[in-house]
Amino acid sequence: MAKLAKSPWLIHYDGSSCNGCDIEVLACLTPVYDVERFGVINTGDPKHADIFLITGGINSQNKAVVEQIYSQMPDPKVVCAVGICACNGGVFKDCYNIIGGVDKVLPVDVYVPGCAARPDAIIDGVIKAVGILEEKRKKKGGKH
Amino acid sequence: MMLKTILGMVLYIVFAPFVGGLLAGLDRKITARMQGRIGPPILQPFYDVRKLINKDILLINNMQYLFAWCFVIFVVFTGALFYGGFNILLVFFVLTTAAMFFVLEATTTNSPYSVMGANREMIQMLSYEPMVLLTAVGFYVATAFTTGTGAGTFSVASIISESNIPNIVVLPGVFFGFAFILTIKFRKSPFDLSMSHHAHQEMVKGITTELSGGMMALIEVSHWYENVFLLGVVALFVLCNKWWSIPLAILVCAITYFVEILVDNTSARVKWENMFKHSWIITLIFGVVNIFILQMLS
Repeated sequence: MAKLAKSPWLIHYDGSSCNGCDIEVLACLTPVYDVERFGVINTGDPKHADIFLITGGINSQNKAVVEQIYSQMPDPKVVCAVGICACNGGVFKDCYNIIGGVDKVLPVDVYVPGCAARPDAIIDGVIKAVGILEEKRKKKGGKH
Repeated sequence: MMLKTILGMVLYIVFAPFVGGLLAGLDRKITARMQGRIGPPILQPFYDVRKLINKDILLINNMQYLFAWCFVIFVVFTGALFYGGFNILLVFFVLTTAAMFFVLEATTTNSPYSVMGANREMIQMLSYEPMVLLTAVGFYVATAFTTGTGAGTFSVASIISESNIPNIVVLPGVFFGFAFILTIKFRKSPFDLSMSHHAHQEMVKGITTELSGGMMALIEVSHWYENVFLLGVVALFVLCNKWWSIPLAILVCAITYFVEILVDNTSARVKWENMFKHSWIITLIFGVVNIFILQMLS
């Protein structure tokens, strides 16, 4: 039986973006989309989180931050890149300070495209991420 | 008597997590409905705990592990003593010990958020502790009236079996004071300073910031134990040796819990000075005056 699927807790980090996807992520929590009905909690604590949701691209300043948050999350964990900037840098791709998408520094499991990514697409991405989370747990051999 | 004690303790230890988990689920559902959302399933807290057990534990140091376990053991012990019908003073002292272990656990991590959470937890203890003690004293003074013998008792079993009328009749002020500090104990807004259950986090996750995986699950379950114990104290205000006091006690517990959720959803978090001031004022006005009047009458 799925042991992680019913309670995915998110940590959300906004990288180098225009804040559009950032607002859409928070829109998921509002009564219209109410992502908590799937058991999703938007936690601020990496130690409680299962899914690392990143919006916006990676630049030389937030690279270390993203890496640190990822390292503080207990296994199993998945990374979900939300919005085109997080996927490959988007319109900021050629800027002098941008390294690129999230996959330049972290192993990304789910890509959610869009500018800005719509809440339904984000929820879809989270559901996909939950499936990968479950796979990772099984690969680890159930309980540690 | 012996059998009743053991039965009460065993029933509490076995069933309290289920009742507490369901209460937490109901809480989240009602909260969601108050905010115009659909909300998670009632069993969501159980899913959360199962998830947490399947995650890795990132320990800061071994002391954290020790103190967290001590917290769990003492919380369960508190409730077991209470439902076993022992001395209510003893019950409250063990509860304080449990709370202290929780503070120690957060302090050993040396993480700023965790330590700040621990500091605030201590201020919370400072705020609710006088009322908790007064509740025990209140029961002693009240049972002198409600048992009709003129002699008070601290024993939970005797409070229930010897009172002819619910103690709340002579302890309305103490009940109100206790319900007030319950908001702190249940970690509800406006007094959820050390840690908040909601998405609008205070200091990341305050006192539980450094807990992960199975440790977090353990702390969650012990909070369920604690909540069931606290509702037991609420029920004690109503329970007496009449049969109708049992449904009445359940009703009073349900109303109290609902009001706590309502307060949680309609108020914003206050500063610690405010919490401290108000809880002590309420303790003085409602708790002390209530007991003082009872003493004068006796």
